[in-house]
Amino acid sequence: MTPLDFVVSLALISVAAGVLGSLVGLGGGVVIVPVLTIFYGVNIRLAIGASIVSVIATSSGAAAAYVRERMTNLRAGMFLEVATTTGALSGAYLATLLPERFLFAFFGVVLAYSSVITYRKRHEDQLLAVSNDRIANYFNLHGSYYDEAEGREITYKVSGTKLGLVLMYIAGLVSALLGIGSGALKVPAMDGAMHLPMKVSTATSNFMIGVTAAASAGVYFIRGQIDPIIAAPVAAGVLLGATFGARVLGRITSRTIRLLFVGVLVVISLEMLQKGLFP
Amino acid sequence: MMTRQSPGPDPQKNVTPEGDLQVSGRHRNLSPAQVAAMEEKIRKIEFAISLVLRVGVILSVSVIAIGLGVMFYHHGDYTSITGHASYKTLTSRSTPFPHSLGQLRRSLVHGDGRGIVVLGVFLLILTPILRVAVGVVSFFYEKDVPMALVTLFVLVVLIASFFLAGL
Repeated sequence: MTPLDFVVSLALISVAAGVLGSLVGLGGGVVIVPVLTIFYGVNIRLAIGASIVSVIATSSGAAAAYVRERMTNLRAGMFLEVATTTGALSGAYLATLLPERFLFAFFGVVLAYSSVITYRKRHEDQLLAVSNDRIANYFNLHGSYYDEAEGREITYKVSGTKLGLVLMYIAGLVSALLGIGSGALKVPAMDGAMHLPMKVSTATSNFMIGVTAAASAGVYFIRGQIDPIIAAPVAAGVLLGATFGARVLGRITSRTIRLLFVGVLVVISLEMLQKGLFP
Repeated sequence: MMTRQSPGPDPQKNVTPEGDLQVSGRHRNLSPAQVAAMEEKIRKIEFAISLVLRVGVILSVSVIAIGLGVMFYHHGDYTSITGHASYKTLTSRSTPFPHSLGQLRRSLVHGDGRGIVVLGVFLLILTPILRVAVGVVSFFYEKDVPMALVTLFVLVVLIASFFLAGL
């Protein structure tokens, strides 16, 4: 395969990665890392660097399309970023202390569990009419959005901010340590623990993963993990795909998004378990 | 986006079905005229954020595309569909590419395609940071001090992460 074939084929795969990544709020890395390592035989460290780039591309590409739709709860996202960026910063320096295999196995189990939980309550969003969460009330993290699939305005209240913050800190830590899996914890945290609607959760996760990835991008760059010939087609393809995915998100039902999310989560958790148990 | 969910412009969101104000951290009672003025401001902020994002994204993609073009122009053997040149030599760990600001500057001075691509990726990495920065300004503009401080904290951590990385 010549460099041109490589760039063109990777760009096309990246478009698909961007569409899927923006719909489920996990970023393009979910597709990019296995494709690069298994199909193209690229070193895992360079694949993770490309994953960071693809996550930022998903985030910014999707955001440009969401802006007028109020799908992203930016207040909640920004509030939770306090925990995520702190986690990402500490994770980048803990990387040498914790055994990677243990982390992969541990998060494989965590994600398998959260995919089961998400699947069991796939039928509807568990929205709250009133919230007694003092933090959520103080920062007014509640919101509303217009659901195109249901054809109505949906108002929701946020609760469980403390549990949310803890989960987000762990999500930031994992993102910095393993380069993947940050959105996989963020979406269940918002959808499950904090009672945000599923589509708001994936859209807000899309916003957050970009900021979290930016917090560890500097470290990846200095370590020489961002290879331009891989990053270029990934960034361009994912940006295009994410813009498209974000445009169609409104028209898809929450149930479909949740099932899609569960499918992707199962694949990631199997991947992580494999890396942890049979490297 | 962020701004529409703020307490100021939409007082209804703080009101329960019975019409009582909910127990919330802060309350602001605005007249209809003030609400309208606030919404106008918010529309402007939304427009600014979407503009910043679009310009950032389009700029970074253009720079990356130019970089790829320059790289293929300088290395004619890369562009053939079939041939001896393999991408593996480019993605192997021994192939050098800029991974510090000094190297990036040098490679840009030489008009190296790889350096231009890295510059484009850098612009892409800057877009979420810029978005947080715009968030800080707009929350202060809305006089939403708690959220403005939260956002400022995130911005400081982000900037610190680049300094701690040794850039």
